[in-house]
Amino acid sequence: MTATMTAPRQRSPLYFAWRRFAANKAAVVAGGVLTILVLMAAFAPLITKTGPSDQSFLTQALSFPSGEFWFGVDDLGRDFFTRIVYGARVSLTIGFTAAAFSVLIGIPLGAIAGYYGGRADWVVMRLIELFSVVPPLLAAMLLGALTQGGFFTIVLIAALFGWVQVCLLVRAQIKAFKEKEFVRAAQALGATPGYIIRRHLIPNSISPIIVGFVLAIPLAMMLEASLSFLGIGVPPPTPSWGQMINTGMNFMYFYWHLAVFPTAALAITVLATTLFGDGLRDALDPTLKGR
Amino acid sequence: MMRFILGRLASIALTFFVVSVIIFLMMHAVPGGPFDGNDMPVSDAVKAKLNASLGLDRPLYVQYFSYMAGVLRFDFGIPFQSPGETVVDLLARAWPPSLLLGGLGVVIGAPLGILLGMAAALRRNTWIDYLASAFATLGLTIPVFVTSMMLILVFAVWLNWLPSSGWGKPNSWILPVIAYATIPMATYARYTRSAMLDVLNKPFVTVLRAKGLSERRIIFQHVLRNAALPMVTVFLPMFIGTATGSIFVEAMFRVPGLGAYFVSSIELRDYPLEMALILLITLMFCLAYLISDIVYALLNPRIRFGEGRK
Amino acid sequence: MTVTPALELRHLSKTFSLPVRNGWRTTNVDHHAVMDVSLTLPRNAILGLVGESGSGKTTTGMMAMRLVEPSAGQILVDGTDITAMDHAALKPFRRKMQVVFQDSYSALDPMMTLGQIVAEPLHIHNVGSASDQADQALGWLQRVGLDRSYGNRYPHELSGGQRQRVAIARALILRPTVLVADEPTSALDVSVKAQIINLLLDLQAEMGLSILFISHDLSVVRSLTDKVAVMFNGRVVEHARTETIFTDARHPYTRSLLDAIPVLNPRLRRTRTFLSRADLASRSPRLAQRDLFAPGGPSAEPQLVAVADDHFVEAIVT
Repeated sequence: MTATMTAPRQRSPLYFAWRRFAANKAAVVAGGVLTILVLMAAFAPLITKTGPSDQSFLTQALSFPSGEFWFGVDDLGRDFFTRIVYGARVSLTIGFTAAAFSVLIGIPLGAIAGYYGGRADWVVMRLIELFSVVPPLLAAMLLGALTQGGFFTIVLIAALFGWVQVCLLVRAQIKAFKEKEFVRAAQALGATPGYIIRRHLIPNSISPIIVGFVLAIPLAMMLEASLSFLGIGVPPPTPSWGQMINTGMNFMYFYWHLAVFPTAALAITVLATTLFGDGLRDALDPTLKGR
Repeated sequence: MMRFILGRLASIALTFFVVSVIIFLMMHAVPGGPFDGNDMPVSDAVKAKLNASLGLDRPLYVQYFSYMAGVLRFDFGIPFQSPGETVVDLLARAWPPSLLLGGLGVVIGAPLGILLGMAAALRRNTWIDYLASAFATLGLTIPVFVTSMMLILVFAVWLNWLPSSGWGKPNSWILPVIAYATIPMATYARYTRSAMLDVLNKPFVTVLRAKGLSERRIIFQHVLRNAALPMVTVFLPMFIGTATGSIFVEAMFRVPGLGAYFVSSIELRDYPLEMALILLITLMFCLAYLISDIVYALLNPRIRFGEGRK
Repeated sequence: MTVTPALELRHLSKTFSLPVRNGWRTTNVDHHAVMDVSLTLPRNAILGLVGESGSGKTTTGMMAMRLVEPSAGQILVDGTDITAMDHAALKPFRRKMQVVFQDSYSALDPMMTLGQIVAEPLHIHNVGSASDQADQALGWLQRVGLDRSYGNRYPHELSGGQRQRVAIARALILRPTVLVADEPTSALDVSVKAQIINLLLDLQAEMGLSILFISHDLSVVRSLTDKVAVMFNGRVVEHARTETIFTDARHPYTRSLLDAIPVLNPRLRRTRTFLSRADLASRSPRLAQRDLFAPGGPSAEPQLVAVADDHFVEAIVT
C-alpha cells in the first residue's frame, strides 16, 4: 500500500527573491556600499590614526584635505576623517538599534490588530493616527529637549516614530494570512489565538518584518542627524554627522571641507540604506510596492 | 457619506485631544521653567512671584483646562520670549515667510514633478525615464537639509551666484524655494509616473487609440483623469507639511519663519509658543487628512456609486 | 438498539449579515447561507454532501466543525451537544473531528516542515514526548504513501496530490471519529483524484472513520459514499443511499445535477434537463399523501418527507 514517491525538487520562493534582488542594480550597489560602511564603522580604530575626540592637531586646525589628512582637520584640531568614520558608528548604531526597537513595538501591535480585528484594530489604528498626525520632527525635538538628548533617548525617540510602518506591514500580512486554510486547520485543532499568532502567523510575516526593519533604519538615522544638527541630539564630543553639519555651516564659506564631508557621508548612507531597503522589499514581495 | 465624515471628525477630534494632553504633560513634566536659564539669574523669591504671575504654580489640570479654554477662543496666551505681543500675533508675524517659501516650493515643485513623471511614463525605459526616476528617488531619500547644504555650497559658496541667507530680497528666496521644491517634485514625479504607467496599460486606452483619438487627447483627457486620484489626495498634507516651514531650511538659510521660532521656543522653554505651534500644526495635519479622505471618497466613483450588490 | 451516530446536525442554520453599499448609504442585507439543515452521519460510514457553489455545503461542513458558529441549531458529536461549548470544553472534542480542505497549498503552513505539520496536532494536544510525536508523524507520512524522508521537506516542494496526502495524515493522526472532507479532490488531476479516493477508502475501512464528504463532483461521490445528501440554496432537497440517488432521484434539482454529468459515449447520452433557479424555486415536486412512505400531513411549504425507506425528498404535500 505504501508506494514511495519522488517529487521533482521545486525551487523555493527564497531563490526567486534572490534573483529579483540581484536584478536590481541600484539595490545591489547600495548593498555593497552599505557593507563597506558597516565594515569601516566596525573597524574604525584600525583605519584611523587617532581617537575621534583627540585634539592632536591644533596647530594644523582647519587644514584642507591632503595626503596626510584625508579629509582635513576640523576647527578643534581633530582629524576629520577620523571624525567622519566614528560618526558612521554613531549613525549606524542608532539606526539599527532604533529600527530593532521599532520592530519590537510594531510586531505585537500589528499582530493584535490584524488577527483580532474589530475593537483591537480600531485602537491600534487610533494609535497609528496619533503618531502620524504629529509632525515627528517637532515631537522628537520636544522630547529631545525635555530629556537633554543622550544616546539611548534618541534611540527610543526614533523607535517611537518608526514602529508605525512595521505595524502596518505586519497587520496587512496577518490579515491576509488569517483566512488561509492552515490557520483554520490549527483552529480546528483547538489551538489558542496566541499559539496561532506565534507559531503560524508571525513566522509567515518574516518578509514584511525584514522590510520594515530595513526601511526604519534610514528614518532613524535622519532623525538622529536632525536632532544633532539642532543641538539636542548626540552630545559632543561624540561625533555625529548632524552636529558636524551644523558646525560646518559656520565655516562653510572658507573651509568647505567641514561642511561637505559630513553632508556627503549622511547623504550616501541614507541613500544606500533606502535603496537597499527598497530593493529588499521589491525582491521579497513585489506586491508591497506602492505603500 | 455624512456618517463617514462625522466619524472621521470625531476620530480626529479625539486624536487632537489626546495629543494636546500628552504634549501639555510632557512640557510640564520637566523640572525647570522659563526662568531657570542662566542668562537671567533671579532669586528664588522673584522666580516664585514671576511663576505665579504667569499662573505656573497652579495644579497641572487647572492650567490645562484654562489653556484649552483659551484655545477655543483662539487665545494662545503670551509668548515668554516676546511678552509685548500675543502668541497669535507672533505667529502671524512668523508664518508668512514660511508660507511664502514653502508655498512657492510646492506650487512650483508639484507641476514640475507631474511633467517629469509624465515624460518618464511616456518615454519609458529611455534616458528620460532613468533620469526622472533617479531624481525622484534622490529627492525623497536625501534629507532636506543635506539638499539645502549642497545648494548653498554649489550656488552660494562656489559659484557665488546667489546669496545663502537673509530674508529681504527675492534673490535670497531662490535657493530655499528650490530646497522646498525637491520633495513635492520628487513625490509627484514618482506618483505620476507609476499612476500613468498603470493606466496606459489598461485595455480602455488601447480602445481609444483604435478609435483614432490623437495621443495628446488620450493623455490629457482620459489618462490623466484616471491617474489623478492619488495625486489629488496627497496634495493637501504635503502642502501643509511644506508650508509650515522646514526647521532645517529655515535654520540654514536664516529665514525667520515658524521653524526658527519653534527651535527658539524649545531652547527658551517658551511653553505658550511651543504648545501653540505643535497644536496648530497637528490640527492642520488632522484637517488635511480629513479633507483628503473626503475628497478621495467623493472622487472615487467606485465608492460613490457603490460596488454592486451580491 | 440504535448506535449513536458519529455526527448529528439538527436544524442548523446560518445567516450572514452583509453590508451593501447603496449610493452613499450602507445597509445590511441578510444572506441565508444555510437553512434548517439536519443530517446524520452514522459510525463507520461515508456521507456525501453535494450541491453547486453557493449551495451552503461548505458552510454546513464548517459549522459541523464549529469553525463557523451556527445561527441556530445543534451539533452533536458522538451524542454530545457541542454547540455552545466554550474553547476549553471544546478542545477535547476537537480531537474527535478533523478537516481536510480543498486547497492543499494554503492548508499547510509554508514555513513548517512536513514532519512538523503532521506532528502539530499531537503537539497541541500534548500527546507523548517530542520524539514520540516526531516518530508518529513520520509513521503517518508513510501510511499515506510518502517516504519517511519527506519529513524534512517543505510544502512547496510537493505536488498537489502529495500535499493532500499530508493534509490527510495531519487530520487523522489524532484518530478522530469524524472527518469533514471539503472538496479534497476538486483541485487535483483526474489520475491523482483516484489515488486520493482510494487512500481515503482504505483509511476509512482501517480506522472505522466516519467521513462527511463535501463535493460538487457527482462521479467521485458515487464511488466513495454510502449515502448522499443534496443541497440547493441552503436547504437539503433530497437524501438517500447513494445508489438510490443515482438510479431513482425524485427531486428535479437532483435530476438536473445527474443529467449534467458528462457522458463519454454519445449514444448513451440522454436528453438533459437544465433548470434555472427560478424554475427550481417553483418546481418543488408535489406529492400526494398516499405516495409517502411514512405518514405525514399536507403542507403548503416544501419540507422533507419520506418517499421510501431511507429516501427523503423536499416536496409539497397535497
